[in-house]
Amino acid sequence: MSGSPVDWGVSEAADALARKEVSAVELAQALLARADKLEPQLNALTWRDSEAVLTAARAADEARAGGDSRPLLGVPVAVKDVLSVAGQPCTAGSKILQGYVAPFDATAIARLRAAGCIFIARTNTDEFAMGGSTETSVYGPTRNPWDVARVPGGSSGGSAAAVAARLAPAALATDSSGSIRQPAAFCGVTGFKPSYGRVSRFGCVALASSLDQVGPMARSVADAAAIYQAMAGHDARDSTTSARPVGDVLAAVRAAKDLCGLKLGVPAEFFMPELDAGVAQRVRAAVDECRALGAQIVEVSLPHTAYGMADYFVLSAAEASSNLARYDGVRYGFRADADELGDMYDQTRGQGFGAEVKRRLLVGTYVLCRGAAEEYYRRAQQVRTRIRRDFEQAFAACDAIAGPVTLTAAFPLGARRDDPVSMYRGDSLTATANLAGLCALSVPCGFTAEGLPVGLQILAPAFHDELALRIGAAYQQATAWHESRPPMGED
Amino acid sequence: MTMNDSKNVRPFDVRGVAGLARIALADDEAAALQTQVEGILAWTRQLQEVDVKDVPPTESVADGETVWREDVPEAGLEREAALKNAPLSRQGQFVVPKVLE
Repeated sequence: MSGSPVDWGVSEAADALARKEVSAVELAQALLARADKLEPQLNALTWRDSEAVLTAARAADEARAGGDSRPLLGVPVAVKDVLSVAGQPCTAGSKILQGYVAPFDATAIARLRAAGCIFIARTNTDEFAMGGSTETSVYGPTRNPWDVARVPGGSSGGSAAAVAARLAPAALATDSSGSIRQPAAFCGVTGFKPSYGRVSRFGCVALASSLDQVGPMARSVADAAAIYQAMAGHDARDSTTSARPVGDVLAAVRAAKDLCGLKLGVPAEFFMPELDAGVAQRVRAAVDECRALGAQIVEVSLPHTAYGMADYFVLSAAEASSNLARYDGVRYGFRADADELGDMYDQTRGQGFGAEVKRRLLVGTYVLCRGAAEEYYRRAQQVRTRIRRDFEQAFAACDAIAGPVTLTAAFPLGARRDDPVSMYRGDSLTATANLAGLCALSVPCGFTAEGLPVGLQILAPAFHDELALRIGAAYQQATAWHESRPPMGED
Repeated sequence: MTMNDSKNVRPFDVRGVAGLARIALADDEAAALQTQVEGILAWTRQLQEVDVKDVPPTESVADGETVWREDVPEAGLEREAALKNAPLSRQGQFVVPKVLE
């Protein structure tokens, strides 16, 4: 195995561990040492406990010595601060959950734990995953490893930065309107939002329950597929998970060679006027690369793309206003001092939530009010139907869709902090996949003139997760964009 | 014409809505949020441009139907684990400020 252990992806680390070229303890130590070195610049992690991690790594090494050969045994994974890992804090980047220690594992975590993974650190997120820059976290902003003056994207900016900066070979994240794909694109890593219902949301801090989905971030599609495969599938504790079999996605991804026979749709609406010219150029080149791999490129139309973000915003704010009602200072987290119960609720929420969360809770509460619900909430649900129909029609003419992930490359810290709507617009090309329940992948496809990563988005119909991943894997076999590393921490 | 002009839509009142959402706001914060939320709502009114006549609403994109399970008890969190994160607990219960005078 070549290079430093921190450079290894999931499969390289798994192979090295299986061959006993490295122990799980040594691998974890190397990653923790790198985190110690880079975290002052990055702030990608909200919590890590070296002792606990090394104890888990020792247990993995002992299991292997005893003949345990699970493929992911001892592989470290970082976890977005919205997924419960028993015994670790889970705060969703919010003051209102300060001090909360999860008493149980999320299903996705339990499955990775059963597969042998080690949970090496928790990663930063916009507060309650509300944002596109990881700047609204109570822990302060995460910085982009490619340019620390820029944001890593969000809300899963900590996971993206951690994987890009090689603090972990893979990370878990969540995506309600692009929170996996947009930071993956900004940080030059692979991010996969599975179809709605593929990965259990049990134990995941809920933002918008009809849109949230858990997924992996990694440095290759094959690695993302390995993590996805280990956690996907029906869960009795999340009634929205599908009973459809997941299949051997990893084997299909490993067998991917070319795109012959594939009809790849390119929606004109994704190349909207707001799309940065440098991003557009790279994505068009990536589509050409797909054509060279054998794909037939067809033009498709998704007429309601431009409405996706506002539609997402109304629906997610409404759902969040209900989901976040549980943070009342009674059972966990922060409680404000007050003499009377009602006042305690109001003060706890007033002091515990940050500005962006308050904005969305007010919007969400309002759009559900009598006298506003018909015009805002119900209309948004109807527009959602139209967005779904757009995709149904498009997928009648193609197998999968390709386009940009983001309108621009990573923007400077603070650039959109005081202009919420400009921040929301950043998710214009990703939110529609959540609204329609599709699976969608972001793979690195080059750099802008300023040297910032650009992502190619691949969307496939719901429960065609294997197809999206196979396309991404074929693309990565033919290109080397995903192998570029930010120049960070080299001595 | 904006929607608020054309129809009898309840205006956004930050104090009233914050009361429903149970969020205490300082005066300057409330004033800023009134403006910001009005701006956000104005932005979302682009959805008025979409023809939704006879279009049914989408509530969920979940696969299949709501499932039922047998009504049998399952092990949940132990009381001690549930209380461990409480800001205040006593004698196996969550403690809150007084509700009534």
